[in-house]
Amino acid sequence: MSVSRLSLVLATLAVSASAAAGEVQVAVAANFTAPMQAIARQFEQDTGHKAVAAFGATGQFYAQIKNGAPFEVFLAADDDRPARLESEQQTVPGSRFTYAVGALALWSAKPGYVDDQGAVLKQNEFRHLAIANPKAAPYGLAATQVLAKLGLADAVKPKIVEGQSIAQTQQFVATGNAELGFVALSQVYKDGKLTSGSAWLVPASLHDPIKQDAVILAKGKDNPAAQAFVDYLKGPKAADIIKSYGYQVSAQ
Amino acid sequence: MHLDSSDLAAIWLTIQLASLTTLLLLIVGTPIAWWLARTRSRLKGPVGAVVALPLVLPPTVLGFYLLVVMGPHGPVGQVTQALGLGVLPFTFAGLVVGSVIYSLPFVVQPLQNAFEAIGTRPLEAAATLRASPRDCFFSVVLPLARPGFITAGILGFAHTVGEFGVVLMIGGNIESKTRVVSVQIYDHVEALEYAQAHWLAGGMVVFSFVVLLLLYTRRRSTPLW
Repeated sequence: MSVSRLSLVLATLAVSASAAAGEVQVAVAANFTAPMQAIARQFEQDTGHKAVAAFGATGQFYAQIKNGAPFEVFLAADDDRPARLESEQQTVPGSRFTYAVGALALWSAKPGYVDDQGAVLKQNEFRHLAIANPKAAPYGLAATQVLAKLGLADAVKPKIVEGQSIAQTQQFVATGNAELGFVALSQVYKDGKLTSGSAWLVPASLHDPIKQDAVILAKGKDNPAAQAFVDYLKGPKAADIIKSYGYQVSAQ
Repeated sequence: MHLDSSDLAAIWLTIQLASLTTLLLLIVGTPIAWWLARTRSRLKGPVGAVVALPLVLPPTVLGFYLLVVMGPHGPVGQVTQALGLGVLPFTFAGLVVGSVIYSLPFVVQPLQNAFEAIGTRPLEAAATLRASPRDCFFSVVLPLARPGFITAGILGFAHTVGEFGVVLMIGGNIESKTRVVSVQIYDHVEALEYAQAHWLAGGMVVFSFVVLLLLYTRRRSTPLW
């Protein structure tokens, strides 16, 4: 079979699969990877619908969605991008809501490296401090706000390395290339304790709240599975999962 | 123009990175290509395959292994730390190492082709005139392989300019140190600064076209390759 014939067949298969009921394409901010995987499993068990998730940086998803990406629901890392999409008529009106409020952690893969007050930042003896790109990732923006509030922005500036998403930021720290970094608490936390290393749970007063909004996109308008997923996300089972990763669920 | 100082810093950094990488690759790649062109060793196949690996491996594989191997717990990282150099990720030197590996086949293969095209006869003729192997290499091989060196240099430079994935994974996006043009474009797109993204991206298209045009018009006028 020629390559073009094969790709035609594959394309046909893909189209017919997405047209079938009971499947929803979800674009998910990287920080929400672990809870999303847990929620998707539970969602499929409880409703029979399947949530197919793509994980990445919120800014990147925004650009892709504006340019016709086939996502039906968007779980962003901020409340800005979903609002923009809404004002640009790319969403189902009235579907936007805050599904989680994120928490920031200063994390190191080394046990005992980060103290529970974040004094390690002031001591400034590390070589590299990883943050997510503040222009693209809300957790990166929150990290710069924390540094500014602590009066450390200039002192640590030469040591900052940027990951393009919060996932890459964690990878820099996990491989030891950066001794510590600001990550989403959800990446290193489960059921009330750290999964590895050491961390300072950054007080929410040091940065603007990281409100993470979800929205049904125009492409998901007529897909019942998209609505079902969003309803499920608002429900008590999803809320329990979301809270177990250190997020707050907004009282909305 | 919509280019700001960080765009210009990225362009300048990219030129430095590509120039240094190309220079190192010509130095490192020439003996490898010469050996590959001349040897009858059983190792020719395996070595040729290793050199060609960056052609087929996704940059994520190279970037991931470089991050781990050059990191503080990796073997290369251990050596560079013992030498007092620190670790290579997030440094310009680290990008140079990554780029040399990434662009290696683009330099070695044209050189190898050029050396093979020379064949053994000019070398035998030089040897009968009592030229030393060294003399022979510099006065016979290098001039005859000149077009191959030009192709190798252009391809090595252009391919390094076009590098993205490896830099993204080991660079850390530091202005004037590791933020090259391709990463800067990615940043602009993510931050919705489409005007600046267009200027840089359009510039890359023009640059790449001109480079390839040079390569292909030269190719027609010089029958050696």
